[in-house]
Amino acid sequence: MSAVQETVTAAPAIEAVPKRAMTLGTGTSLIVLALLIVTPLFVKNFIIFQMTMLLVYGLAVLALNILTGGSGQFSLGQSAFYAVGAYTSAILMEHGGMNYALTLPISGLVCFAFGFLFGLPALRLSGVYLALATFALATAMPQLLKLGYFETWTGGVQGLVVTKPDPPEAVQSLLAWVHLKMSQDMWLYYFTLIITIAIYIFSVNLLKSRSGRAFMAIRDNEIAASAMGIDVALYKTLAFGVSAAITGIAGGLGAIAVQFVAPDGYTITLAISLFLGMVVGGVGWLPGSIVGSAFIIFVPNIAEGISKGLSGAVFGVILFLVIFLVPHGARQVAMVAQHLLGHLKKR
Amino acid sequence: MLARRKHLIAAVATGAIAFASTGSALAQKKYDSGASDTEIKIGNIMPYSGPASAYGVIGKTEAAYFNKINAEGGINGRKISFITYDDGYSPPKAVEQARKLVESDEVLVVFNPLGTPSNSAIEKYMNSKKVPQLFVATGATKWNEPKEFPWTMGWQPSYQSEARIYAKYLLKEKPDAKIAVLYQNDDFGKDYLKGLKDGLGAKAASMIIAEEGYETSEPSIDNHIVKLKASGADVFISITTPKFAAQAIKKLAEMNWTPLHIVSNVSASVGGVIKPAGFENAQGILSAAYAKDGADAQWNNDPGMKKFYEFLAKYDADANKLDGSVVYGYGAAQTMVKVLEMCGDNLTHENVMKQAASLKNFTPDTLLPGVTINTSATDFAPIKQLQMMRFKGEKWELFGDIITDDFTN
Repeated sequence: MSAVQETVTAAPAIEAVPKRAMTLGTGTSLIVLALLIVTPLFVKNFIIFQMTMLLVYGLAVLALNILTGGSGQFSLGQSAFYAVGAYTSAILMEHGGMNYALTLPISGLVCFAFGFLFGLPALRLSGVYLALATFALATAMPQLLKLGYFETWTGGVQGLVVTKPDPPEAVQSLLAWVHLKMSQDMWLYYFTLIITIAIYIFSVNLLKSRSGRAFMAIRDNEIAASAMGIDVALYKTLAFGVSAAITGIAGGLGAIAVQFVAPDGYTITLAISLFLGMVVGGVGWLPGSIVGSAFIIFVPNIAEGISKGLSGAVFGVILFLVIFLVPHGARQVAMVAQHLLGHLKKR
Repeated sequence: MLARRKHLIAAVATGAIAFASTGSALAQKKYDSGASDTEIKIGNIMPYSGPASAYGVIGKTEAAYFNKINAEGGINGRKISFITYDDGYSPPKAVEQARKLVESDEVLVVFNPLGTPSNSAIEKYMNSKKVPQLFVATGATKWNEPKEFPWTMGWQPSYQSEARIYAKYLLKEKPDAKIAVLYQNDDFGKDYLKGLKDGLGAKAASMIIAEEGYETSEPSIDNHIVKLKASGADVFISITTPKFAAQAIKKLAEMNWTPLHIVSNVSASVGGVIKPAGFENAQGILSAAYAKDGADAQWNNDPGMKKFYEFLAKYDADANKLDGSVVYGYGAAQTMVKVLEMCGDNLTHENVMKQAASLKNFTPDTLLPGVTINTSATDFAPIKQLQMMRFKGEKWELFGDIITDDFTN
């Protein structure tokens, strides 16, 4: 019976994910956290830089996950929010002489407003149509950044070079006590890690809160949700705003880590990568964001290592295998692992 | 990590002292990371994927050229290992790949990374690491700033150089010209326009009677051309990329407008621009070149091009000799090899940069006769010469002398 039903009813765009399954257990979380804290102490600066980018893209994927996994809205326009965040931080730092850490909340606020406003027209659209509307945003953004009107601020096609921050005096003098020195890369990594953890905790709590429940009710059935008294319009735009804000902060961090912003860095390819990262990580499973981020950073490198000329094709094959074998992404792998562990414990 | 850095500083410092004291750099073997008795590591970043992937051919040609050098015994007995990565023409990815090359692969030099945005993104990093970012594959003018960026150097003539050469030609041949300019509204177009105005100098304001910028997103540039024709100009300068250059050539013919038509070197490709626009529409168009055209029969007996064709037959059989990128990659790789030969046994970052800035009258096989590469401590623009050419029949015909851009910023 259930098998028949499954084949007959069209699969919902996003499978309902129970709240509990959206996070990791405490033990696992602590292990992952410990790994993230300790690893940079033993690796080269280049690896630390890659880990920073892992966290940055992880945040951007997480933001999309809240939007799609949480409230059930698609977006292919995340690269636009990422770009706005990156440019806001870069412009404030380079033209405004502002401290890098202070630029991030501003980037977040600007993107929140931007996302919230974009969410308004998006209300009338759903599913594929919404994805296309956001797609338009992503294709428009690089060209908007090149516009002559903004050129004194954005640097036009040439982009803006961003200065990499040094570790703060306090940290340096503290470390000098024990005769250690912290590189810029390492400082930036821990700085990013702190922000990532804060945003992760915020996101988990958001989805567990009243608002989160409203998001999920809308995702699962919009009509039922409004019948229950949920202001569908408000929560849908709110989801867009929150998602855009987090993406903007990720963009700002990315700009600081890469030390450069240019329109060509924020094309539709980035938006699709983030979308890919979300699917590979498992839609609606927040810890999967970091797995998805690892996928979009490292798999292209692996593909390139296998064949230079056919790197795109190799990437495609790997992606196809992942989607085919584990359609629910990292979440599915984690669930199976948990299941097996449970069995072992019982014995 | 700290120890490694100290080691690096020590190596650079000893390298510097070696120069100061010995004069002849060959006295003693000196190595930085990326060089040893048996090997020289050269890094490279190319858009093998993404919107500019057509340029990936350059990286492949360079790899083939270094294979040839290795097969012939290497450079002073050292084999080249050429590490080339894909950045998909994305600046953040270029930063990641540059860091991988410098910190993980520990290359001696990052050679010929492609694209203005990608090179802008890594310039500051390369200079803070003091690793040469040598012979970058972009025509922007900003790579010739030895004071601010002593570790970054261009290779091909800059857009401004080329534009100034057109200005020079016009001032001499047609001093009363009324010029209409169509330019692409981006860094490429604006760089060019600036060069043209600088080249015309005080007469720029009176000679250029109309200028129109177009966006790459525009499907057609017809309305711009109609406006330019209406200005009554008798010279039309087309600062365009291939698709738009071809459109302009066609539109001019349609409107029976026959000004003196100059098209930028970027769009001088016979296969990519002139043929699609129609040979009959392109007669008499002017442009400038610095390299020989692999498709042009007049070079069949040229000793340099013979070497080039032999190289293609033996080491790069798949390459399309009609593709300008193949000629480009060969010339750039040959310049790199020349610099490494000049370094002798002193293979430090500093000496590579010093030798790259001491090229005198070097001529890669694929450059036009008379075009030579010259650099100095204050001149980081290796190629500054071009020759005018006119389209006749089905190919370009060079004419006049080699023109040197002696403008100093």
